[in-house]
Amino acid sequence: MSRKIVVPFGPQHPVLPEPIHLDLMLEDERVVEAIPSIGYIHRGLELLVAKREYPEYVYIAERTCGICSFIHGMTYCQGIEQIMDVDVPPRALYLRTIWSEYSRLHSHLLWLGLFADAMGFENLFMNAWRLREQVLDVLEETTGGRVIQGSCKIGGVRRDIPQENLAGMAADLSPFEHELGELGTVFLKDDSVNSRLVGVGHLSRDDAYTLGAMGPVARGSGVAIDIRKTGYAAYRDLRFEPATETAGDCYARCAVRVKELFSSVDLIRQAIDRMPEGEIEVKVKGNPEGEYFSRAEQPRGELVHYVKGDGSKHLVRSRIRTPTLTNIPPLVKMLQGCELADVPIIVLSIDPCIGCMER
Amino acid sequence: MKKIEDQVTTVISIASLIGRVEAFRKGAYRLVQMNCSKIGEQFEINYSFEKDYRFENIRIIITPDTEVPSITGMYWGAFVYENEMHDLYGVQVKGINIDFQGNFIRTSIPYPFRDPSYKGEGPCQGK
Amino acid sequence: MTYLKRSPWILHYDASSCNGCDIEVLACLTPLYDVERFGIVNCGNPKHADVFVVTGGINEQNKAVIRNLYDQIPDPKVVVAVGICATSGGVFRECYNISGGIDTAIPVDVYVPGCAARPESIIDGIVQSLGILEEKRAKMLGRKRTKTAGTEGR
Repeated sequence: MSRKIVVPFGPQHPVLPEPIHLDLMLEDERVVEAIPSIGYIHRGLELLVAKREYPEYVYIAERTCGICSFIHGMTYCQGIEQIMDVDVPPRALYLRTIWSEYSRLHSHLLWLGLFADAMGFENLFMNAWRLREQVLDVLEETTGGRVIQGSCKIGGVRRDIPQENLAGMAADLSPFEHELGELGTVFLKDDSVNSRLVGVGHLSRDDAYTLGAMGPVARGSGVAIDIRKTGYAAYRDLRFEPATETAGDCYARCAVRVKELFSSVDLIRQAIDRMPEGEIEVKVKGNPEGEYFSRAEQPRGELVHYVKGDGSKHLVRSRIRTPTLTNIPPLVKMLQGCELADVPIIVLSIDPCIGCMER
Repeated sequence: MKKIEDQVTTVISIASLIGRVEAFRKGAYRLVQMNCSKIGEQFEINYSFEKDYRFENIRIIITPDTEVPSITGMYWGAFVYENEMHDLYGVQVKGINIDFQGNFIRTSIPYPFRDPSYKGEGPCQGK
Repeated sequence: MTYLKRSPWILHYDASSCNGCDIEVLACLTPLYDVERFGIVNCGNPKHADVFVVTGGINEQNKAVIRNLYDQIPDPKVVVAVGICATSGGVFRECYNISGGIDTAIPVDVYVPGCAARPESIIDGIVQSLGILEEKRAKMLGRKRTKTAGTEGR
């Protein structure tokens, strides 16, 4: 007769840089149930809409999360622009697309590194982060910030990238892609990585869809949803297919992210090729009145910024639904029946971003 | 400007909520999000669904002390949103499958979004 | 540079940061910045640590966690607050759940500004903290010596 015990996991845990707490109900070494509880980094920043005027709130939106900060800022701006019927110049939309894809590259490389670290593969961790520095260099050169860019504003973007720099960026992509290829091969082909990932943390296609999994978690289980397909920013002009895998385990989620690295590089290349000339911002007058659910594809999945204005300078409500929150129910499902030693890997496989989730 | 997508919002009564959500479930929609907003003295709760990139939203408008039925019977994963609504706004949700009893997001004051308060209202360094 | 003779170990805790500073702290460990060349190692156990690096502002939930971690680090120890949120609460200081910078919970020795703090300034802050660590160690040793000297004299 096995005994049930409850093991607390977190908040401070060597594998995760961020605090999340899980109560794991164990039967011998097997997890029967996992109950998450959060609140260690809850700030309540949505309430700050009453303190900041709507153009200033972009800074708060960007600081929801330091990893996908650009996409947060852009999604918020997009929501206000949709309410106010602002015609954003095409060049600004293309620049936003380029920065979004560089953010995705840096986020995925960051995650691949952390994932390798969780597997105990230190060398791979260092290599992924070494490559990530090249992406950060581009972001710093073009926006001035490494992780928090601050380059998005309502009505466009703050900075232009001169044409000759764009050409340089495009030229740098080929050697970078080659290095990505080498890194990706290790993740997808290496025996020790495979033995740690294949079959671990399974999530079926049905569960993924009905539990609301998004991003690489959904695509790893064969659900081909990608919000970029709705055609925000410049995505309606660019060609790409959502990367999917069907196995639904940790390996599949990892493989989806590796594939997305290459699709991001391809999207950046397309965007640079088709970059239109012209203005990068329009003046925005008046105050927003109305509501909009602004959606975008973050590296971790679908991001929703719900904004509602009543015609004054301050919004009535901003609500940020981050992909990690919607990936928590699938995580609870994945953890059922796994072994205690696999818990860190499975938790990391949804790419948890707790700072985002608790806001 | 070009609209990115059409977003339809239907205001429904609380009595027809379960029926509407069930129809979405049968139609293979996925739950995008649920959220609560305080508009004046009333709470607006939005339930957003999506199928093939078609976004639909239903809304109920309630007074703060109305009890709302849980939709976790149809959408198992909705417990994160329902617990969040309870912890931040104090919306009473009946019959959640995993009810954290107010311990999902632990906040320094109970129901902080109901009557928002802010720190440091005074001038910087008291000057 | 006597204080660099030893290899200080770091404990990193994310208080309520947006991750921006956290990933920059981690970036310090990776090949471009590589603080391990100074012998600085990031460890997960407070009992092994000399330097406590905290990012983000304090909220009511993690106050106790931070104090607990601080108490577990053996003396001498130094605390480095990384980023503007850890220094004063930053853009979030008006949020109801934030009670301010790290110094509202534990004494802080070095403040590193920036949003997000750059790896260069984080490394600079940690290297400065090593000087303070050395002073604290010398003070502790001194106190011990006078104590033993006192007993011998009696």
